[in-house]
Amino acid sequence: MSAAIICRGLKKHYGDVKAVDGLDLEVNPGECFGMLGPNGAGKTTTIEILEGLTPPDAGEVTILGRHWGSHERELRERLGISLQESRLTEKLTVHETLELFRSFYERGRDPDQLMADLSLEEKRDARVGKLSGGQRQRLAVACALAGDPEVLFLDEPTTGLDPQSRLQLWDRIAAYKAAGRTVLLTTHYMEEAERLCDRVAVVDHGKIIAQGSPAELVAGLHAPHIIEFSTEPLVQDALLAAIPGIGERRQRDGQWFLAAASLAQAVPALLAALDGAGARLVSLSTHRATLEDVFIALTGRELRNE
Amino acid sequence: MSERRNPLVALTRARVLEFVREPEALFWVFAFPLIMAVILGFAFRDRPPDPVPVGVVAGPSAPSVSEALALSGKVKPAAYATRADGLEALRTGKIALLVEEGGPLVYHYDPTRPDARIARLEVDAAIQAARGRRDPTPASTSEVHEKGSRYIDFLLPGILGLNLMGTGIWGIGFSIVNARLKKTLKLMVATPMRKSDYLLAQMLSRFVFLIVEVVVILAFGVAAFHVPIRGSLGTLALVTVLGALCFAGIGLLVVARAKTLEAASGLMNLVMVPMWLLSGVFFSSERFPKAAQPLIQALPLTALNNALRAVMLEGRSLVQIGAALLVMVVWGVASFALALKIFRWQ
Repeated sequence: MSAAIICRGLKKHYGDVKAVDGLDLEVNPGECFGMLGPNGAGKTTTIEILEGLTPPDAGEVTILGRHWGSHERELRERLGISLQESRLTEKLTVHETLELFRSFYERGRDPDQLMADLSLEEKRDARVGKLSGGQRQRLAVACALAGDPEVLFLDEPTTGLDPQSRLQLWDRIAAYKAAGRTVLLTTHYMEEAERLCDRVAVVDHGKIIAQGSPAELVAGLHAPHIIEFSTEPLVQDALLAAIPGIGERRQRDGQWFLAAASLAQAVPALLAALDGAGARLVSLSTHRATLEDVFIALTGRELRNE
Repeated sequence: MSERRNPLVALTRARVLEFVREPEALFWVFAFPLIMAVILGFAFRDRPPDPVPVGVVAGPSAPSVSEALALSGKVKPAAYATRADGLEALRTGKIALLVEEGGPLVYHYDPTRPDARIARLEVDAAIQAARGRRDPTPASTSEVHEKGSRYIDFLLPGILGLNLMGTGIWGIGFSIVNARLKKTLKLMVATPMRKSDYLLAQMLSRFVFLIVEVVVILAFGVAAFHVPIRGSLGTLALVTVLGALCFAGIGLLVVARAKTLEAASGLMNLVMVPMWLLSGVFFSSERFPKAAQPLIQALPLTALNNALRAVMLEGRSLVQIGAALLVMVVWGVASFALALKIFRWQ
C-alpha cells in the first residue's frame, strides 16, 4: 500500500529564516505520525505546506497519491484539518458551527454524532465564546472530522490544555486512529508523542534529525538511563566529567541530570565522587530515558523552553 | 452519513446569526439612522418662519405701534427707551429695523439685509392698517406647502443612500477582517468550502438587514415628515437591493487584503468620506464644478442617491433611471470579481 503522505526536499524560507530546510517525510496509511520539536523548529510551516495552505519554495508533496496543484478540491474533501491558534466564530453555538462545517463537505458526519464523539452534547446550544479551552479544542477537532476524513492533520492539538482535557482529546484521537485512519500531528509534548504516535520525527531548525518509533529512538541512545540528583552544596561539572560511564550532563535549578549506559557502574562511582568532594546528597532518582532525553542528546537543548 | 445543507445557505445563515448577536452592529445599522432621522426631524419640522425682531423707540404712540406689530404676527417688537439704545441694537444685529415716531414715522434699517427689507414692508403694512388704511384692491392669499420640494424631502433619500453604503461597507468589512485576524478564514479555506460561496454569503446576508433598514427609514420619513414616495414600491425596492449589493461588493474589495482593523477602517474611510461629500447626500452634487461632474456622477453613491430621489420624488420608472442602475451594477460586479481574485484568505 502506498504512503498516505509523502514529501521530499521540502523548503520554505522567510527572508533569511529557513523555516523548513530540506525535509523528507513519509506517513503510512493507518499510522499516527508525530512531528516533535521545540517552538520555531518549523513544524507548523511543514504541516501547513502538507495541508496545501502554504506553498513551499521547493520540494514535492503527495497526499493520498494526489498533488495539491491538480486535485485540491478532491483532497480537501478527504482531509480533516485543525490549525494552531485559529478561532471559530464566537457568536455561533456548537451545533451551528458543526452544521456549518458539515455543509462544506459532500459526505460527512452528522453534527449530533460528532458532538457525542467529542463529549460536547451538553454544550450543544452554548456559544463558542462561552466554551472552556478544552471544549473549544474538542470542537476544533470535531470540525476537522465533519467531512469524515481519511487523513487528519492536527497542529499542536493539546497545547495549553489542562491534563484532563488533554487525556480526553488523546482518547478521541486514538479512537479515530483505531478506525484505520491516518493522523499527522505536531507537538512539543513528549508524553503526547509517546502515547499517541506509532512513529515520531524529531524536528529542529527545519530538518528531521531523527525518526522512528518512540521505543526505537530511546533505544538508539548510547546511554538509556538518566540519573537525577541534587547535592548540598552544588557540585561542579569538572567533578562529574571525571566519573567513568557518564555521558551527557546537564544542570537545571540546582538539579543534575546525567545520562548513563549502566546504572550499576555509574551510581557507585557517582556516590564515591560526591563523598570525596564532601557534598551531601539531598535527592537521587533514576529513570529510563524518554523522547525528551533523546531530543537533548540530539540537540544539546531542552525541548520545552517555556 | 448525514444530510448536507447547501453551503451558501449555511454560510449566509451563520453570518446573519453572527450579526444579530452583535449588539454594537445592530446599533449602527438600525438605531443610528433612526436617531439621525429624529434629530433631523427636529431641525426640519414644518413651521412658519420665525417673526423678525424689530425695535420701537419709546414715545406717546409707541404702545399702540407695538400692539399693532404684535397683532400682525409677522414681526416681534421690542421696546427701547432712547433712540441711541435702539440704534445700538440695530447695529449689533439684535433687531432688523427700528421704528421711531418722534414727529413723522421713521424706519431705521439696513437695506442690504433682506430680512430688514421684509421687516420694513411688514411693519409699514401693520401700522398703516391699524391706523385705518383701506387698500384700493383687496387681495386674499393662498399658501402652498408642496410635499416633495422641501429640504427634508431631498435629505431623506440621501440618508437612505448613506446608510446603505455605511452598513454595506462597515458591516462586511469588520466581520471579514476579524475572521482573517482570528484565522477563521484560514480554517474555512482548509475545508472544501468554495471561496466564492463565502463572499457571496456576505453579500446575501445583507438582504436580511436591508429590508429592516430601508423600511425603518422610509416609514419614519413618511410618518413623521410626509415625505412622498411617488414611484412604485417595486422600483424603489429594486433600487435599494442593487444599492446594497453594489456596496457589499465594494466592502469586500476594500478589505480584500487588509490585515488589521486599523488598516481596514482607514481604507473604509478613504472610500466613504469623499462620497459623503460629493455624492449629494446633504446637498445636490450639481453644485460642484462642471469639470468634476463626470467623475461625481460615476460614483456609486451618486448613482444610488439620484435613483432614490428620481423614484421617490419624481416618480420615475425603472427605464428612466436605467443609467444610474447600470452604474451600480458595474461597480458591484467589478468589485466582487476583483475582490475574489485578490482576496487574502490567511
